[in-house]
Amino acid sequence: MDALGAKVIRKTRLVTAVSEIFRNGLIYGGGALVLIHCHNATRTVWIDCCDDGPGIEDMALALSDGYTSGSGLGRGLGGAKRLADAFEVLSEPGIGTQVRLAGRA
Amino acid sequence: MPVRYIHVILDNERELLLKAWGSTQAEEGLIRRDLFTEREARTQTEMLYDALSKGVKASVETDLLDPDAECWDDMRAALADVTRERTKRGVSTAEMAAFVLALKYPLFERLRTTVDDSNGKVLIDAVNQFTRLIDSVSLYTTELCISERDKTIRRQQEEMMELASPVVELWDRIVAVPLVGTLDSMRAQEVMENTLSAIVDKKADIVIIDITGVLTVDTQVAQHLIRTAAAVRLMGAEAIISGISPRIAQTMVQLGVDTGEIRTRSSLRMALADAFRQLDTDVISRIAK
Repeated sequence: MDALGAKVIRKTRLVTAVSEIFRNGLIYGGGALVLIHCHNATRTVWIDCCDDGPGIEDMALALSDGYTSGSGLGRGLGGAKRLADAFEVLSEPGIGTQVRLAGRA
Repeated sequence: MPVRYIHVILDNERELLLKAWGSTQAEEGLIRRDLFTEREARTQTEMLYDALSKGVKASVETDLLDPDAECWDDMRAALADVTRERTKRGVSTAEMAAFVLALKYPLFERLRTTVDDSNGKVLIDAVNQFTRLIDSVSLYTTELCISERDKTIRRQQEEMMELASPVVELWDRIVAVPLVGTLDSMRAQEVMENTLSAIVDKKADIVIIDITGVLTVDTQVAQHLIRTAAAVRLMGAEAIISGISPRIAQTMVQLGVDTGEIRTRSSLRMALADAFRQLDTDVISRIAK
């Protein structure tokens, strides 16, 4: 983001969203594989975070504010979705979860 | 039989092997004259050599160099001393492992000339056993190096933790907790404890938690802040969270974090002014008067 000349607010937004997603991967997914890709032409940073944890049973519920299966505030996933410029969750119960998000500089 | 050969070589040709070990170290650039005097290097090498030699001697009976056997305890202790001394002075982990491995080749060389050519099986057996032993020893130094470094990191972390969450008395009954960097669960716990005990010690009525130096506030950090504020309120004091920058305000809103009844201010200055008002304290500039 620095290399793309992003404003502080854009950086903060993406960093916060990524922090939520990575923590989910670590706590609920038991560790995750992370891919970070910087697309210079569109000045966008893409981040993939894949884990092989228990997966998400009810996506709508998981994305709703205030719901948590753990002990957090229950706003991480929904918050990250609002903070990121693009956001997608793929999850299969028992197989794992993949979150892809992007932030424009 | 193979171990006996190794023992005989180590025993009879101590001077020669020590010299050869030293020169292999020199060839591989492991003699750090910038860190050690020649004498120190020699003493360390001798110490290791003798401990190794003793272990081999004890293994002649079983004819097996078992790296896990008890007879290597002395060797491990000597190695631990040398490793600590060397890493303290800045020798790298790889250098330390290579330092140990450098003994292999001189010894193999001696084995080749000592063991009869027709006795190839014994030679290979001896080389195998000795390689296994030295490899396990070098692995051990590597582990030691890493654990020394881990210890240093842990100590620094602890020191940083204490430095990073101070509680400052700003005024009568007003304390401030300036937070800098990232707020993980461990630090959040530390901050909470320090804050709560400061309320008692300093008889504080108002606690200003300043997050100017916190780069991002995600849901976990927010949760920690809210919890700390709730604990402060339980103790009868009031918490004001200050230093909420525009970008943090935006992200917190997007995250949907509800700070509820916690008072928040954009800067420490505003929070302090607020605290003065609440405590009916006036700070008057004499010049203005």
